[in-house]
Amino acid sequence: MNIVVCIKQVPDTEAVIKIAGDGKSIDTGDIKWVMNPYDEFGVEEALRIVKAQGGEVTVIGAGPARVVEALRTALAMGADKAIHIKDDNLYGADPIAVAKMLAKAIEPLSPDIIFFGQRAVDDDSGVASSAVAELLGMPQLSVVTKLEIADGKAKAVRPIEGQTLVLEAALPVVITAQKGLNEPRYASLPGIMKAKKKPLDVKTPADLGVERADFIEIAILNPPPARAPGKTVEGESPAELAANLAKLLKEEAKVI
Amino acid sequence: MAGVWIIAEQRDGEFRKITFEVASAAKKVADGLGTEVTALVLGSGMEGACAGLGKYGVAKVLYGDGDAFAAYTTDAYTNACAAIIKDGAPDVLLMGASMQGKDLGGRLAARLDTGIAVDCTALAVEDGKLKATRPMYAGKVYADIFINGSPQIASLRPNVFDIVETGGEAAVESVSADAGEIKAVVAEVQAAEEGKVDLTEATVIVSGGRGMKEAENFKLLEELASKLGAAVGASRSAVDAGWRSHTDQVGQTGKVVTPNLYIACGISGAIQHLAGMGSSKVIVAINKDPDAPIHTKADYCVVADLFDVVPELTKEI
Repeated sequence: MNIVVCIKQVPDTEAVIKIAGDGKSIDTGDIKWVMNPYDEFGVEEALRIVKAQGGEVTVIGAGPARVVEALRTALAMGADKAIHIKDDNLYGADPIAVAKMLAKAIEPLSPDIIFFGQRAVDDDSGVASSAVAELLGMPQLSVVTKLEIADGKAKAVRPIEGQTLVLEAALPVVITAQKGLNEPRYASLPGIMKAKKKPLDVKTPADLGVERADFIEIAILNPPPARAPGKTVEGESPAELAANLAKLLKEEAKVI
Repeated sequence: MAGVWIIAEQRDGEFRKITFEVASAAKKVADGLGTEVTALVLGSGMEGACAGLGKYGVAKVLYGDGDAFAAYTTDAYTNACAAIIKDGAPDVLLMGASMQGKDLGGRLAARLDTGIAVDCTALAVEDGKLKATRPMYAGKVYADIFINGSPQIASLRPNVFDIVETGGEAAVESVSADAGEIKAVVAEVQAAEEGKVDLTEATVIVSGGRGMKEAENFKLLEELASKLGAAVGASRSAVDAGWRSHTDQVGQTGKVVTPNLYIACGISGAIQHLAGMGSSKVIVAINKDPDAPIHTKADYCVVADLFDVVPELTKEI
């Protein structure tokens, strides 16, 4: 089984996001960068499949030099090799533009499965995975919480609003991982040592023959709309507090 | 044909609420552009239902019929929609950022070689172009986005855009829709638990955090939720503790929700949780710690023990 996992390096979810001076990007000064949490489920699933069925796991990430840290983390978890699509200005790019680079880098590997996280927790788009599937002519099984790979087929559980679907497709296939798929392992110390010696290939978009072309143009970033200051609900006893709260929700907020 | 198009969403032959939200939002965009709304409907035996979309501002429905469209598949919808859209060349294409829209949007954008703004919370028209506002970093910032491609595609977050009834019937035109090769098939559909409301569609959410102390205590929230017709959510710590399923998680690594009412019980308010529920219309925090960050986001703060207040609240409603 030849598996590719696309990973994105994103700000830690506990990070405070500040808007940069240009008004269109974020201030990356104080940010702790991590592998997108959903991508960890993809890496873990790939490692489990290869352990059971044999094969190789290649991780691919696009972005500036620091993205190597996320790739090394995946190698330390157990992936075999990495490809870094290196471009200092790629962070914040249109996912469709990045997908074109990823597709070019993936194509020569002819993978059986390509994993993505179901979305990256920075731009929250979830677009690159479907775009790569489309560009490579593969089916996509999105937001998957359970997966079986057998007899050249993928069978995936996908919860949607009010239903759970079981999807099936013949390999090769693009799968996006949702929380619940597995419990990602931590990189072990020997894993971290080994990762340093694993192959990490660096390619520029020009090496791949792709010129970055964004359709999406961020005009401005704004802080979230401010909320009016809250009210402390008064009451001497739990019953009184509850009664006063219920009254406020019914009469003032009119939400119940 | 041009104009503003929407992709309607249906299940079992009935339009979903998100379709009316998207139609209503599309009507405003179309008014701003001086054009009309066309809805693309794929279904099986749904001709009769199509004219009714006129009520939400749709002038015209393009209806593609086929067994392959009875239930959504990525391939059938991408193949058919892309061909019809190429033919009609709309300026703007809108759909819901539902599970269907999130699956379809990126694929369709790649097929049509254009851009997409996903999960938008506001739309406007500026200089004849669509300006889409979308949260990023789970709502820690909001981006105003222009799409320099055609069509300009945007998907709209459920339960954010008001449904506006303008009245009237839409003209319905049948179009030929080819599902093409379906590589990913739906092998099985399992219904969710009876009466369980999905978090992303719930108008009221009662959510519990580390302060719930153990899984069994969530029954207090279930009882309140059942009185309110609400869904039960959980913070990451409650999910990681194994008290609730990961599908119940609200936050940056769970679901981003926008209910009319969010009641946070025993949730401290970690930044990644606040990001996921911060755009709820009304927030109630029940937490005995007056310094818990959740109180800074809440419209109504109840500084008391949830184990005392929640049962009383259930009685009051």
